[in-house]
Amino acid sequence: MAAVATCGTGAGSTGSVVAAGSKNHVTSFQRRGPRASGSDSSYSRLVSIAGTRPSVRNGQLLVSTGLPALDQLLGGGLAVGTVLLIEEDKYNIYSSLLFKYFLAEGIINGHTLLVASAKEDPADILQELPAPLLDDNFKKDFDEEACNHKTAESNIKMKIAWRYQLLPKMEAGPVSSSRFGHYYDASKKMPQELIEASKWHGFFFPEKSSSTLNIEPCSLTHGYIKLLQFIQNIIYEEGFDGSNPQKKQKNILRIGIQNLGSPLWGDDICCTENGNSHSLTKFLYVLRGLLRTSLSACMITMPTHLIQNKAIISRVTNLSDTVVGLESFIGSERETNPLYKDYHGLIHIRQIPRLNNLIYDVSDVKDLAFKLKRKLFTIEKTDLGYSGI
Amino acid sequence: KCPGRLADYASAYVHRRIPGGPGKLTLLCDANTDGSFLVHHFLSFYLKANCKVCFVALIQSFSHYNIVGQKLGVSLTVARECGQLVFLEGLKSSVDVFFRAQAEPHPLQFLREANAENLQPLYEFVREALKPVDDGEAAWRCPVLLVDDLSVLLSLGMGAVAVLDFIHYCRATVCWERKGNIVALVHDSGDTEDEENNILLNGLSHQSHLILRAEGLATGFCRDVHGQLRILWRTPSQPTTQRDQSLTYQYKIQDKSVSFFAKGMSPAVL
Repeated sequence: MAAVATCGTGAGSTGSVVAAGSKNHVTSFQRRGPRASGSDSSYSRLVSIAGTRPSVRNGQLLVSTGLPALDQLLGGGLAVGTVLLIEEDKYNIYSSLLFKYFLAEGIINGHTLLVASAKEDPADILQELPAPLLDDNFKKDFDEEACNHKTAESNIKMKIAWRYQLLPKMEAGPVSSSRFGHYYDASKKMPQELIEASKWHGFFFPEKSSSTLNIEPCSLTHGYIKLLQFIQNIIYEEGFDGSNPQKKQKNILRIGIQNLGSPLWGDDICCTENGNSHSLTKFLYVLRGLLRTSLSACMITMPTHLIQNKAIISRVTNLSDTVVGLESFIGSERETNPLYKDYHGLIHIRQIPRLNNLIYDVSDVKDLAFKLKRKLFTIEKTDLGYSGI
Repeated sequence: KCPGRLADYASAYVHRRIPGGPGKLTLLCDANTDGSFLVHHFLSFYLKANCKVCFVALIQSFSHYNIVGQKLGVSLTVARECGQLVFLEGLKSSVDVFFRAQAEPHPLQFLREANAENLQPLYEFVREALKPVDDGEAAWRCPVLLVDDLSVLLSLGMGAVAVLDFIHYCRATVCWERKGNIVALVHDSGDTEDEENNILLNGLSHQSHLILRAEGLATGFCRDVHGQLRILWRTPSQPTTQRDQSLTYQYKIQDKSVSFFAKGMSPAVL
């Protein structure tokens, strides 16, 4: 039942839409060819991609963020073709962890990764990924947390050996046989053999900064132009945009960009109020254009607390699809406040996209806190909002 | 009194008030909320009214508008194929423009340039899209330019003045010359000190005949009332002694429609 059209070009849509039975859903991805002229061709080949599932509300294809609790808050997961912006917490501790969960989820699902950073070598980032939680340990921890967990997957049979999911992907098969969203042990590292078996591309800005540009300098900084070129190249070369019938992809490209906007990328918006106010926003716009026209999903972490010009933050939010802010209690007065002793910080869902819809799932829970406890990152409703934050 | 299709009512009212006059500029604005439902509404409204529409869609993909359009009773695909709708898909075009040098001027040319001075290529695109068809075969009603949204142009490096100039040129062609209408969305950035956006918003507010402003509720999120819609009728050419009229409704967005009700009269409350 869960299905997605094969990757093709198309009208540059938000993401694949599920075609259910004989109902004439619009398929966003289609093959190039005589049928490709209109976007409402009912033709679709039913292929399931590991690690994806359709949204129950609008059929939008979703991938897991690597944190099932966050998937729940975002309406099921991160939509393919969209950008998830994480506003970093002050010391980039928890945002960095979310970044790693996102990448780890990609490895477990066999997705192709594209890791971009100006601070750490992507190879090192991958070495630091958390290990997936295995059956016995998981069940014990999970039962203790179960009463607090918001997830609906409370009785998942982790006995399905997750290692099987790493075998070569099947052409077609019921999506229900593969898990969506996994739990990770932040205290252990991802096994080396899994990292080595994965397909990934790294963009480490200090190594790329010297090579030449083949785009005219526009108002983007050098780093952003190089990154866009790199991403576009991978998408094109590996067929994630469906343009090459020989290389049609049945996989997702997970793009992770760390600390975007920081001075390490050559951008000055964190240093001065009158910095280059268009570089970052232009980058985001073109990036989103790339995402909308390919089978990819992107997580960006950004030190918004450092951006001097508040107007830029508002523009960046408008140019992103999903925006989540992390606020850690470290170093703040809340750290010693007895009300917050169980938590490490707050998580703010600032924006959720209304894709293919007039409405969206508005969570009526505004006060969410997170904690990293005994290896698990959990998110809970709190009543702290009424205590005068 | 709960007029269901409020935006239709508002538009019709404006047209009746200034009979035979030139076309209208309607400004859509959102503050602390998402006003895109207004864009979807006007798009389907004008297509159903048999108007020729040029849609400069900068913020979402074609299929997004198409899927929502179908819920509202129009098919953008059919409209595009028969020539009623000219659709500029900003996100997809930006990739083409940015990575490949174009042979001819492209409406989003400014993405490649370090210091684009104006939006002339975009204006030329609009003018070409809405030019009168001589053969008289498909006699569409008045041409309409719809833009979602103008604030994005500021994020892409254009100054507020360049965007205001673009609208000015479009008005000359679409509203005065062709007696058509323009509907454009601008975000109200509130207190985020976005100077350029404020200039754009204020400049357009003064020029508009009708302003539809969607606002998030001051009291915060409510499941049954998604926001408040303020409708302001203006008569830019009239002396300022004549007061502008305004109405305020609260609204709730549903899957295939939007329902409006007077303040405090939400069915959930009564």
